[in-house]
Amino acid sequence: MKKYINTGNKDTRSGFGAGLSHLGTINPKVVALCADLTGSLKMDAFAKAHPERFFQCGIAEANMIGMAAGLAIGGAIPFAGTFANFATGRVYDQIRQSVCYSETNVKIAASHAGITLGEDGATHQILEDMGLMRMLPNMVVINPCDYNQTKAATIAAAAWQGPVYLRFGRPGVPNFTPEGQVFEIGKALHLNEGSDVTVIATGHLVWEAIQAAEILEKEGISVDLLNIHTIKPLDREAIISSAVKSGRVVCAEEHLIAGGLGEAVASLLAREHPVPMRFVAIDDRFGQSGKPAQLMSAYGLDTAHIVAAVKEIIGVK
Amino acid sequence: MNDIHTYQKIASQVRRDILRMVTGAGSGHPGGSMSSADILTALYFKEMNVTPEGWNRAGNGHDLFFLSIGHISPLFYSVLARRGFFPISELGTFRAYGSRLQGHPSIDAALPGVHQASGSLGQGLSVAIGAALAKRLAGDNSRVFVLIGDGESQEGQIWEAAAAAVHHKVDNLIAMTDWNKQQIDGSTEEVQSLGDLTLKWNAFGWECIVADGHDFNSIFEAFDRANSLLGAGRPVMILFETEMGHGVDFMAGTHEWHGKSPSQEQCERGLAQLEETLGDY
Repeated sequence: MKKYINTGNKDTRSGFGAGLSHLGTINPKVVALCADLTGSLKMDAFAKAHPERFFQCGIAEANMIGMAAGLAIGGAIPFAGTFANFATGRVYDQIRQSVCYSETNVKIAASHAGITLGEDGATHQILEDMGLMRMLPNMVVINPCDYNQTKAATIAAAAWQGPVYLRFGRPGVPNFTPEGQVFEIGKALHLNEGSDVTVIATGHLVWEAIQAAEILEKEGISVDLLNIHTIKPLDREAIISSAVKSGRVVCAEEHLIAGGLGEAVASLLAREHPVPMRFVAIDDRFGQSGKPAQLMSAYGLDTAHIVAAVKEIIGVK
Repeated sequence: MNDIHTYQKIASQVRRDILRMVTGAGSGHPGGSMSSADILTALYFKEMNVTPEGWNRAGNGHDLFFLSIGHISPLFYSVLARRGFFPISELGTFRAYGSRLQGHPSIDAALPGVHQASGSLGQGLSVAIGAALAKRLAGDNSRVFVLIGDGESQEGQIWEAAAAAVHHKVDNLIAMTDWNKQQIDGSTEEVQSLGDLTLKWNAFGWECIVADGHDFNSIFEAFDRANSLLGAGRPVMILFETEMGHGVDFMAGTHEWHGKSPSQEQCERGLAQLEETLGDY
């Protein structure tokens, strides 16, 4: 199995902040909006360096999305940032009409996604956001796995013409994507060549899936491992060819089963190449307060649960 | 074109178009289209610096108009067609399958003159503020106009936007309210009273002008006054006092015709009250 080195834990939101700052220096069209969470989203460096291109919108997310749409119509490339909960569910209709249906070039930067938001609890831990955004025509949905990939994804989002939902998180997690790796929207990363089972992971679950693959390899189970950072458009070719090869698929994500990566993959494979599947994801329930790692374990989103899902689908006890 | 009579003639034809489009489609929103007809006629035939030839969706180098109340699309389409943005014959396709004249304005349909989809209420003012900020960033001195409804002003997002425009000192924006005092279920007073809109916009920090939305002299005076207030760090709102269904006696002053199409016979009765000045489509 190919080795992946954690160069030190870092939060993905800081990857977004770094990407945004980089864009600020290279592209005068990039502007940023934030709904009173500039520090939390690590947008302060951009705001300080480019005050004329930063728009503090206060706790008024609906208006922020509309302003972003208007800025995009006028030729700017706006990144509108807030927590994933307020960046999706709270403003769904604004995104639907003013962004997606109107084909405005708005980038929605959604931090603190998923259960790893931790102690704030279920009011803030959105687990439905990818599903909501996936359903919208014209929307691209990206869920990068670590700091370096989030930074690269931010830069790639600015170059993409059209709406993008960019999802990232709060806690420090292993940073293992090589610095400077080009981020290709819609293109899966093939992290390991294997033959017994396909594991498809996104976001914070990618590192857990790498750990799981290493454990499984020692037990003689060969894992074909895909990092799907783009939930929409899905890399159909990579998923289908891996499913054809292994005949079994396990999907892993920090999201509800409903609407998530697993359902997207299942929908694709049901039509193209049906195989048995398992879902490492949350099944129809809200989160709660706790430490991120504690919650990931309690809600079945860690290495151990991926290993168990693989063994179950292969039929090994 | 400086003769008031000229604009009255255009508005009369526009109202005929509205009646015929809504009747032909068998659905649509004549009431608010009629109440805003004089305002949009004044905008597109005199006030705004925009031509069909120079128009671009980004609004680069020309004045931009956003229709936040997308349901009055019959009016918007008629004015755009009469102004030469697309053939007037296309008005006959309103709401039909495959038409560029969707029930509510759409970008997907790529109709010249439309900058943004609208229909779900409350969103246009925010978008207009963003576009005004984009003009500021680009050093483009042209203006942004947006028309909202009084009923629409029950939406919370309108007041989020009201605060944002003041906070960001958006002073290249002229917002307008079609203050016709009616909405689908009844009068705004009955449905959910708005109070004194003048006081509200003033309290949010806007320059506020009240004008008669059916008197072209009053409309142009309001625009002159609004223009004199631009560039001074504050956004401008013109509250146009209007009458829903204005121009057709049985539609005027009632919410009944907010979103209902007339029968052929009713349409004929209405058309008899509106002079055909530019030729029906």
